[in-house]
Amino acid sequence: MILSVRDLRVSFRTHDGPVRAIDGVSFDLEESEILGVVGESGSGKTVSLLAVMGLITDPNATIQGSIRYKGRELVGLPPRELRRLRGNEIAMIFQDPMTALTPVYTIGWQIAEQIRAHRGVSKAKAMERVEELLAEVNFPNPHEAMSRYPHQLSGGMRQRAVIAMALSCDPALLVADEPTTALDVTVQAGILDLVRKLRAKHKSAVVFITHDMGVVSELADRVMVMYAGRVVERGTRMELFSDPRHPYTRALLGSIPPLTGQKPRRLPAIPGSPPSLLRLPQGCAFGPRCPVRYEPCESGRPGLGGGAHAAACFRVAQA
Amino acid sequence: MIYAILRRFGQMLFVMFGISVIVFLIFFATPGADPAARIAGRNASPEVLAAVRHSFGFDQPLYVQYTRMMEKIFVTGDLTSFVNRGWKVVPAVMDSIPVTLSLVFGAAVLWVVVSIIIGIVAAATRDSWLDKLLMALGLLGISMPVYWLGEVMNLITQSRYHDSWAFSWVPPLGYKNFSDDPRGWFLTLVIPWITLAILYIGIYGRVLRAAIIESMQEDYIRTARAKGLSETRILFRHALRTSLIAFVTLFGLDFGALVGGSALLTEVVFGLHGIGKLTYDALQNLDLPMIMATVMYASMFVVIANAVVDFVYILLDPRLRAS
Repeated sequence: MILSVRDLRVSFRTHDGPVRAIDGVSFDLEESEILGVVGESGSGKTVSLLAVMGLITDPNATIQGSIRYKGRELVGLPPRELRRLRGNEIAMIFQDPMTALTPVYTIGWQIAEQIRAHRGVSKAKAMERVEELLAEVNFPNPHEAMSRYPHQLSGGMRQRAVIAMALSCDPALLVADEPTTALDVTVQAGILDLVRKLRAKHKSAVVFITHDMGVVSELADRVMVMYAGRVVERGTRMELFSDPRHPYTRALLGSIPPLTGQKPRRLPAIPGSPPSLLRLPQGCAFGPRCPVRYEPCESGRPGLGGGAHAAACFRVAQA
Repeated sequence: MIYAILRRFGQMLFVMFGISVIVFLIFFATPGADPAARIAGRNASPEVLAAVRHSFGFDQPLYVQYTRMMEKIFVTGDLTSFVNRGWKVVPAVMDSIPVTLSLVFGAAVLWVVVSIIIGIVAAATRDSWLDKLLMALGLLGISMPVYWLGEVMNLITQSRYHDSWAFSWVPPLGYKNFSDDPRGWFLTLVIPWITLAILYIGIYGRVLRAAIIESMQEDYIRTARAKGLSETRILFRHALRTSLIAFVTLFGLDFGALVGGSALLTEVVFGLHGIGKLTYDALQNLDLPMIMATVMYASMFVVIANAVVDFVYILLDPRLRAS
């Protein structure tokens, strides 16, 4: 087991009172497994993974629960220790490749910087490695690309450079925060291919955050659906796509246009919008938008329960 | 590259030409601004006025007067003062340049070094008592007018505490040539440097702190953290480097203006006969040739400072290199 998160809670103090962005999230990750984390904006996907990375720098945030990486507790680890893991054993790819790289340094410099932060190698050795990495992420001319500045590369190229950077120290765990959202569809496909290939080669486990069900269905071994700071359904990809149990998961899948059969006149959408974390409804957070809500949903929040394929819904528990 | 430099040079010339025309017209062509009447003094008879007009060439068309004046500044260099006839203007400016340059260069070194340190320390210890103290001191520095601060400095170092061990080294006011007496040059300028720099240390320290704090919110700082870099490295290599752009912009403007004569108050307080003082005196007498010469000189420095800033931008920010 690479990563084991138990009952993770992240809350922020704000002017309008405390906001619980993550409310009791638990999940496990096996070696070289790809976990897809799905949900709308504000559902807590990114915050939960930033917590894993120790990258929540907001002084108003409190993190509770347990995050174990290879058996080692990360919550409360001194910053120095955490820094040794970050970039080295746990690497992250961010959503927007346009702003994720420092504009005033070449990408070769920036990748070498990470290598040299964790490995005591010479500059020349680091640069050799950079060239290998850039070749690995399909830069046509890696040697020349090293001396390019971020603004001289396209979005897809930048994301490849960011991926090369993330892989530079052979991390055991790779966290990808919507790495394809800001890219064109064709570039997206290339990046997904790359992630799959790299998983095979580097044996890294990957947490892939996305709001794109299509991406999940192509890539993930297991899937976790989040809503309003909680996990509402989890299961293998097959389980989730063939037998979605939570009404939210079903609604998400229902809003994907079908490739075969008759074209629907209008795509079904989920009515309403995600609740504000400051004013969560009584009972189930999805209740107000749920097509199958009934009495119990008004009073208590349903738990996820045990089991590999589980959904946090009273209807499911009842059935 | 050569084309870009030439184009830049052409722009500089054009700006200076524009400035010279505007200044010339303000003094010669504004309604009611008759230079002959000013030179001849009040209650001058029409005959005297006509004689002055002829003698100074004011009876010529404006463009002839303008061309002649420019020729005398830039080609022959023998433009003479209207007020003190026979006094050559160009050498007077040349004599003042080292004074002002010494003052402003020294102060600039001081304020750049100190304000960078203050900006970094304040940004790194953001919201701590140290940050608050530094920013309060900066505000204090900005609020103190330089003529007042200079006089207080003089009061302390020249008069009240001059005989104490702390300030007995301070030489009397005035300027000493670097080539004659390097030690004297340095000692006479220390107090003026500090006085002039304090204002700018306050401004630049605050600007840099704000810029660093702003860059610390950027996505690439989060990437740098995710790479496992130390906070110090993130601050110096990633946040500071990108924050210096605002700093350089400001520096170019202020430095150009100061060299061009804005250090007047400091020069007057410390008895330094620099460009500011020269311009000030010329304005008092409405001595047009002198004003023209100092303005041309000042505009040259502002334009050059801007060109240097543009060049430093290109060094700092690779995004500007392509265009």
